[in-house]
Amino acid sequence: MTFNQPKIETSPKVSDEVRKTTCYMCACRCGINVHLKGGKVAYIEGNRDHPVNRGVLCAKGSAGIMQVNAPSRLRAPLKRVGPRGSGEFEEISWDEALQIATDWLEPIRKDNPEKLAFFTGRDQSQSFTSFWAQNFGTPNYAAHGGFCSVNMAAAGIYTMGGAFWEFGQPDWDHTKLFMLFGVAEDHDSNPIKMGIGKIKARGARVIGVNPIRTGYNAVADDWVGITPGTDGLFILSLVHELMKAGRIDLDYLARFTNAPVLVNGDEKSPEYGLFLRDAVGKPLVIDRKTGKLTAFDKPGVRPDLRATHRAAGVTHRPILHLMAERYLDKKYAPEAVAERCGIRPEKIRSIAAELARVAFDEAFELDHEWTDFRGEKHTRMVGRPVSFHAMRGVSAHSNGFQTCRALHVLQILLGSVEVPGGFRFKPPYPKPVSAHPKPHVGVNPSAPLNGPHLGFVEGPDDLALKEDGTPARIDKAFTWENPMSAHGLMHMVISNAHAGDPYKIDTLFMYMANMSWNSSMNTKGVMEMLTDTDDNGEYVIPRIIYSDAYSSEMVAYADLILPDTTYLERHDCISLLDRPICEADGAADAIRWPVIEPDRDVRGFQTVLVQLANRMKLPGFTNEDGSAKYHDYADYMVNHERRPGVGPLAGWRIGEKGLNHGRGAPNPSQLESYIANGGFCVKHIPDGANYYKPWNVAYQDWAVEIGLYDTPQPYVFELYVETMRKFQLAAEGHGDRQPPDNLRERIKATMDPLPIWYAPFEDGNVDPVEFPIHALTQRPMAMYHSWGTQNAWLRQIHGRNPLYVPTRIWEANGFQEDDWAKVTSAHGEITVPVAHMAALNENTIWTWNAIGKRKGAWALGEDASEATRGFLLNHLIHELQPPKGDGLRWSNSDPITGQAAWFDLRVKIEKTAAPTESLPSFDPIASPVGQGPEQLTWKVGK
Amino acid sequence: MHPAPSVIVFTTLSGLGFGLLFFLGLGLPDVSGWVAFVFFAMGFGLAVGGLLASTFHLGHPERAIKAFSQWRSSWLSREGVAAVAALLVMGLYAALLIFLDVKLAPLGWIGAVLCLATVYATSMIYAQLSTVPRWKTALTPALLLSISLAGGALLAGQLALAKILLPIAAVIQVIWWVRGDTALKQSGTDMASATGLGNIGSVRAFEPPHTGTNYLLRELVFEVGRKHAVKLRAIALVLGFVLPVLLILIPFAHALALVAIVLHLMGIAASRWLFFAEAEHVVGLYYGKR
Amino acid sequence: MTQLPATTQRKLGLVIDLDTCVGCHACVVSCKGWNTENYGAPLSDQNAYDGAASGTFLNRVHSYEVQPLATSEMPHPAAQLIHFPKSCLHCEDAPCVTVCPTGASYKRVEDGIVLVNESDCIGCGLCAWACPYGARELDAAEGVMKKCTLCVDRIYNENLPEVDRVPACVRTCPAGARHFGDFADPESHVSKLSAERGGMDLMPEQGTKPVNKYLPPRPKDQMDRAGEVDVLAPFLEPVVEEPRGFLGWLDKALERI
Repeated sequence: MTFNQPKIETSPKVSDEVRKTTCYMCACRCGINVHLKGGKVAYIEGNRDHPVNRGVLCAKGSAGIMQVNAPSRLRAPLKRVGPRGSGEFEEISWDEALQIATDWLEPIRKDNPEKLAFFTGRDQSQSFTSFWAQNFGTPNYAAHGGFCSVNMAAAGIYTMGGAFWEFGQPDWDHTKLFMLFGVAEDHDSNPIKMGIGKIKARGARVIGVNPIRTGYNAVADDWVGITPGTDGLFILSLVHELMKAGRIDLDYLARFTNAPVLVNGDEKSPEYGLFLRDAVGKPLVIDRKTGKLTAFDKPGVRPDLRATHRAAGVTHRPILHLMAERYLDKKYAPEAVAERCGIRPEKIRSIAAELARVAFDEAFELDHEWTDFRGEKHTRMVGRPVSFHAMRGVSAHSNGFQTCRALHVLQILLGSVEVPGGFRFKPPYPKPVSAHPKPHVGVNPSAPLNGPHLGFVEGPDDLALKEDGTPARIDKAFTWENPMSAHGLMHMVISNAHAGDPYKIDTLFMYMANMSWNSSMNTKGVMEMLTDTDDNGEYVIPRIIYSDAYSSEMVAYADLILPDTTYLERHDCISLLDRPICEADGAADAIRWPVIEPDRDVRGFQTVLVQLANRMKLPGFTNEDGSAKYHDYADYMVNHERRPGVGPLAGWRIGEKGLNHGRGAPNPSQLESYIANGGFCVKHIPDGANYYKPWNVAYQDWAVEIGLYDTPQPYVFELYVETMRKFQLAAEGHGDRQPPDNLRERIKATMDPLPIWYAPFEDGNVDPVEFPIHALTQRPMAMYHSWGTQNAWLRQIHGRNPLYVPTRIWEANGFQEDDWAKVTSAHGEITVPVAHMAALNENTIWTWNAIGKRKGAWALGEDASEATRGFLLNHLIHELQPPKGDGLRWSNSDPITGQAAWFDLRVKIEKTAAPTESLPSFDPIASPVGQGPEQLTWKVGK
Repeated sequence: MHPAPSVIVFTTLSGLGFGLLFFLGLGLPDVSGWVAFVFFAMGFGLAVGGLLASTFHLGHPERAIKAFSQWRSSWLSREGVAAVAALLVMGLYAALLIFLDVKLAPLGWIGAVLCLATVYATSMIYAQLSTVPRWKTALTPALLLSISLAGGALLAGQLALAKILLPIAAVIQVIWWVRGDTALKQSGTDMASATGLGNIGSVRAFEPPHTGTNYLLRELVFEVGRKHAVKLRAIALVLGFVLPVLLILIPFAHALALVAIVLHLMGIAASRWLFFAEAEHVVGLYYGKR
Repeated sequence: MTQLPATTQRKLGLVIDLDTCVGCHACVVSCKGWNTENYGAPLSDQNAYDGAASGTFLNRVHSYEVQPLATSEMPHPAAQLIHFPKSCLHCEDAPCVTVCPTGASYKRVEDGIVLVNESDCIGCGLCAWACPYGARELDAAEGVMKKCTLCVDRIYNENLPEVDRVPACVRTCPAGARHFGDFADPESHVSKLSAERGGMDLMPEQGTKPVNKYLPPRPKDQMDRAGEVDVLAPFLEPVVEEPRGFLGWLDKALERI
């Protein structure tokens, strides 16, 4: 018979129009093409020209259409009418909402600005929100870094002027060995996937270090199923092996790090352990050519790694000596750490050997001339094709800062940072600590704060303490409890505000942070704190303003809701002043713009902040004549100048010779240029300037030219962090600013200027025999925090979360498929469904993060699987460690940065009869937006 | 496979109906007038009722007419064509017999053959599927045909034949079950071949692609407890074959024959429920459900 | 029409790289988005915001845990996890096509793509029964069979830039684990990739002759092989045993720089 196939249309019209903007389905900020039909979103795909994602797009990004149409979207400003936590609201006008907010905020500003705590969660506009907070005058501002990955970020900045993700990336085109630590699947996700794809296509090797073998670890050629919290010990064992074999890059260490810097060896001196410095304060090295003490950066100097300096009967040694002394100790030998880390010693040794082999025996050279900061010309660039990436897995422990430091030190010892094949910074990084601001807490009524809130301390003098020594910030950031808390401690705000410690506040103002659910430890406790009343029946935290686009669990706990737009309905800038989207080869920034108009009475949160600022006539937002500088966020994006010629967006500014990228006067049609270019701007780094950036004169000059810095900022990597030694010295009794006695020993022990490993605090506070199991969460690649659940497509992929149990524990408890378990920590108890997983560290259980939902939230029905079978591990974790008998409650965080130690958790597990639903279960909250439809047949075209 | 009521009712009733019509076409019993009317009405009622029930299984029953077009390749299409042909021929035969009292025996024989062809085509819809190893056997047409004939004989009052056909069908049923219980294993399709990962080691389904259900799981992946299945098999054997045979061994009584028929239908319905419920579609392997 | 063409002019299909797929579900959702808006009826979702949602998808990512057997070379092999995307394999001997009673299912002569002509589909489900791979799902709202079209409305679409004329799943895959091309051409990227990396058929014994090929994962955990540490030992020859010895080595090493 003949084949008379139906004729089909193979060239249908794809859309009426494509609008290019920036994704916000997670924090990666990929470029997207939004296809519109009849003004409605028809399809979303990746933008091929975009530097972040080069056209690819993850599951979340492709599901954006279900997010901008989610039934959970808030529709109008809401005023609470029922008790807090009930979810009972009435819709009000924007005028009324702004008036209420102004009536609450204005008196605070006039009286005592610190009574406002303004914390902005998963904010991508921190340079703007912090500017607002600074002009309001409160010291109490931060975003979510403190409970996310500040250990990673701060350790990177303090060690080498940048960390992973926004700070830098592997040299995907040249690297031959890629080693990945910890949970990383939600951060920098498309670039990492693209990078792994590139490596795999070349057949290069990937080593994954993670207790759990999923995602990237599943495709890793070799998997290291490490015991949680021991990454630092494993890394230092690698350092031990490499140093013992002399497989470290001495030339690199001498030139580009502080390894040759001499350390004061006089034990009696108040400067013991600090650097020897010259008259102008420059650290000193011994020049190999002259044998004399010389400033480390003097032109032509060849710093000596070997020579010591003897004066007044005391020998001052270079840092490399101290490192040899420490890391060659047998306590770091593979055999000594193997059991603790859960890794066979042979494997540690094999990995160290493979690192050495690839870094040194597969080294290669690029023929690029470059000149370093000492004026020396180099004819080539040496490539060390070993690269690393790490994220929250190593970060969210109470030893996370030191672990992250250890990882950077390993990278540096191999000479693999900012070299071909290694790890490369992305502009505006590299950026030394000295180029960052310090924290500011100078509060005055009706006046701006005396400087930026967050920054990098360089010693006790920079701590955010009041004159009486009490914390100046509500979250106790930059105090002796966590001196280097560069991102603040959002996770401590509610409990501190509730306790009135260090002081009481009047209004808690939050944005995009689901604090009454998955973004808090001790979730139930937080709900109680938010609803607790005092003797007069008033709420202990008197007023809560919250802004979110969606009906999250947190909405029910606020008094006033300022409904935000979705990401396709708003202006945003992904700014070089903030967390930009640069690549190793170029500086880049981007915008969002309203590719569709909201169909609800909602406003972009940043525009609302501008409107509030205008009502209060905040200084940075008001002209001298009292008129408003900006009428909305778009206006601010274009016309705000942080420094002369430097604004939120670097593209298409009016320079001396016309439009250029970088410095220049505001350009009224800047946004049109961005839109015409696909929503982003890239300025490429010239050849020869794109490696060795911290030391490369060509790069430094380029960075000044485009406005990343105002003067060149060359620096050397800090294997030894002098700032930390300063805190130790204070704890030893030196200096005016002294820590409280109860913290002295901890500061001495943990603020070691060279990376150390100590057991996670929970190991010491919780009986490891009673609670022998580590419990972790990972974020699935197809969900972002709690957001995915309101998305009808994504919630089909992860609509509930089993607790994964390794074979040993599975068999010991006699678990069967569909069984349930009771999991208990020192703090709480949950009853949840279990599932078996063999590719898992034998002492670790885990589940997907933030799948469990409260009934009534996110416009879901009460039978939603997320609420009946999903669960949170958060109920097992407390923001404080259990009492240990000293009358104090120590916070469950890193003692250096205050990062929430989510992954220190220890539990026990037992089989139990299946309950009707996961426990604990909470009463439903009333949904301010109703429930989504039963069926979707989504098609906007004909 | 999901034991959908529509397909169980369809195959059970229409099998019986076409079985009855087969015997009527052969002139067994040799009836005419009102008696013929009652017999043919039963036959048509069962056959057409079953066919109608099957349309409840369709997403677009209003397009069912299109299903007659692909008889060259599709057993489902062939079944439709055969069923319509059988009903038309038997309808003509019956009309002549009932209303004109004209018996065109060759027309009846043709109709009888078409009735069997219809049951055969129905059975081949299942027996052709490599994806369901339990069904992929010549025993499946044998089973459906033997049950159709045994039931038809019973309903047609051909008790002497029924006494032979029922035990034959029972034996085929048992053989079919026994073979079926190892069919998936024998088929060579397993987790290793499904995933191609068997040369690395033993393969186990980890996370499913979706935490909710889907069409495939609802339609193709049905799990029936072992104990439950054994009990149902016993019920199917006893009700479908053993009791009807015993009842018809008792000297003839209309009431008892009626009871035998009702029991037989119940037994065959149980057998048919198991036919689907126990059938393992290989796609279940991808979900770790085998 | 339901008979299969004796040959097709091209054999378009996918190579799926199991060594590279990280299991991110990007292909799943991109496919859902494109095919909800394009070819035929939208892919519907039931229980969209309650219970356990259940919708129609044309591409889904399974995951399998594989436990290698212990050997003398690898006495304690770690279990492996493999992500496994699965959609229609556009078989040469597609059983889903021949069972169709209405001719709605067909395999295109020009490129071998297996399609459903929805206006002829009566939703009997037999094609889904006949498919061993679970590639077909009956849409609960529309009552017709849905399946991967290999984005037939993208790959020839003159309204798309040429570079985008690939299936949505391939265009979006962040790790580059999906490749699209013509297997009838031995010189095509997919043919060569499949030949080089041992591209395999799923359920070959079913006799469906799938066009899509799966690249097996490369051998894992080779560092756990007995003797691996000895192979690598020369790269880690100790120069010192004690911290003090390190300085002696440093002297010598620095002289060489």
